[in-house]
Amino acid sequence: MAYSDKVIDHYTNPRNVGTLDKSSHKVGTGLVGAPECGDVMRLQIQVDDNNVITDAKFKTFGCGSAIASSSLATEWLKGKSIDDAMKIDNMDIVEELALPPVKIHCSVLAEDAIKAAINDFRVKNGLAPIESEKVHH
Amino acid sequence: MNIPIYLDNNATTPMDPRVLEAMLPYFNEKFGNAASRNHAFGWVAEEGVDYAREQVAKLIGASDKEIIFTSGATESDNLAIKGVFEMYKDKGNHIITTVTEHKAVLDACKHVEKLGGKVTYLPVKEDGLIDLAELESHMTPETILVSIMYGNNEIGVIQPVKEIAAIAHKHGALFMTDATQAVGKIPVDVNADGIDLLALSAHKIYGPKGVGALYVRRKGPRVKVTAQMDGGGHERGMRSGTLNVPGIVGLGKACELCGLEMESEAKRLSALRDKLQKELTVLEESYVNGNEEHRLPHVANISFKYVEGEGLMMAMKDLAVSSGSACTSASLEPSYVLKSLGLSDDLAHSSIRFGLGRFTTEEEVDYAIEVTKKAVTHLRELSPLWEMFKEGIDLNSIEWAEH
Repeated sequence: MAYSDKVIDHYTNPRNVGTLDKSSHKVGTGLVGAPECGDVMRLQIQVDDNNVITDAKFKTFGCGSAIASSSLATEWLKGKSIDDAMKIDNMDIVEELALPPVKIHCSVLAEDAIKAAINDFRVKNGLAPIESEKVHH
Repeated sequence: MNIPIYLDNNATTPMDPRVLEAMLPYFNEKFGNAASRNHAFGWVAEEGVDYAREQVAKLIGASDKEIIFTSGATESDNLAIKGVFEMYKDKGNHIITTVTEHKAVLDACKHVEKLGGKVTYLPVKEDGLIDLAELESHMTPETILVSIMYGNNEIGVIQPVKEIAAIAHKHGALFMTDATQAVGKIPVDVNADGIDLLALSAHKIYGPKGVGALYVRRKGPRVKVTAQMDGGGHERGMRSGTLNVPGIVGLGKACELCGLEMESEAKRLSALRDKLQKELTVLEESYVNGNEEHRLPHVANISFKYVEGEGLMMAMKDLAVSSGSACTSASLEPSYVLKSLGLSDDLAHSSIRFGLGRFTTEEEVDYAIEVTKKAVTHLRELSPLWEMFKEGIDLNSIEWAEH
């Protein structure tokens, strides 16, 4: 399968690889996927007092599209409020990276990771987690 | 050195220029139909086919009359399994095979099941070899065929073919082997090994695609298969269809070259393969899959834990290799062969198959080692699982959300 230039770019030069202090109450961590399914994403956000994401980091075990999806997600998260970040849709990732149908699940996983990270932050800070009612494409 | 480097010789091999040269006249000047008995064009084509039949037979210690030309190993496997079942179903309806067979064998067996046959799919041990006692325990008076591959395409392990044949024969069954990966790479002799039917393919041995053969024993016992293709009664009535003369000539030449060069090639390739394997298993948490002693000389299948195979291959884009991981929404299932060795799914997802070949050089192997090491290290830096492993977190203690 041929990868798009954007996937190759994110894969070759992944943005924001790394680890934030998950014990900090200003850090939200989302760990989604499973090793036996061939992809695991860990996405972390650092949130300031105005609930704006100031930093985002990821590490991903998975194929090139999974790595690119999570790298892109960290780029999009920086500077967004946690409410706006909640609105990131997996299909936006699909479009931006020109993912083929067989790789859509990689974008779904990235969206799940974003939501899991935000909810982790919310729970840590006494906010109710937001249940996603969305049906994935 | 040309990039990318081809290290996927279990999938297919480049055609040897000497094979191409042998084939060329049969596309135009010697274009006749080998079944045309009444003019020179037919005779010339038939001569080419007859000679190729001898070349193929010689490589596997058979007689030329025992070679049936087909379109490849998939067709040969189908013809052998379905053909034996149809021919011998009055004698019994039971076939034994293994779970690590190629899909051509497994799916032909599934087909037989639909026709009322019973099929036992033997598991394999952790090293990929079958347990001979277990095979024998499944033999019944109804067993008409044991079909077990010679060398495995994914991990390269070589089954104890001679012992398997002896067990099959002791219980009155025929022994068939899919030897697609083994013929031309290691010595295969149908008489010494006790093989009754054997499938082989040209494009795995530096010949053309679209041609292969089925060996069908003629003496002790005389084996018959019911044709799966009806028509002009070619190939002693077992496989109708105008013969692919250029392809067959190419298969013959490919077999001849393997016969001449196999011994030195096996030594050269196993030395290169061992070097590759030794260098790559220096990496932490890397494991060789399958028995290392009974193994084809050119294959190494290695799992690099905590990195995913498809992602890894992308970082190794200068190398053409194959992964046991299939990360698509249609199939998140990793290789069934690796799983049948008892490998956990995550290790199966982390595997890479290196298949060396006749045109692989030491320079290429050195480059492959360097690229692979770099790629594994890069991807581990990206891997949350690697980080957890390094922190001493037991990955089994985490509740993963399977998706």
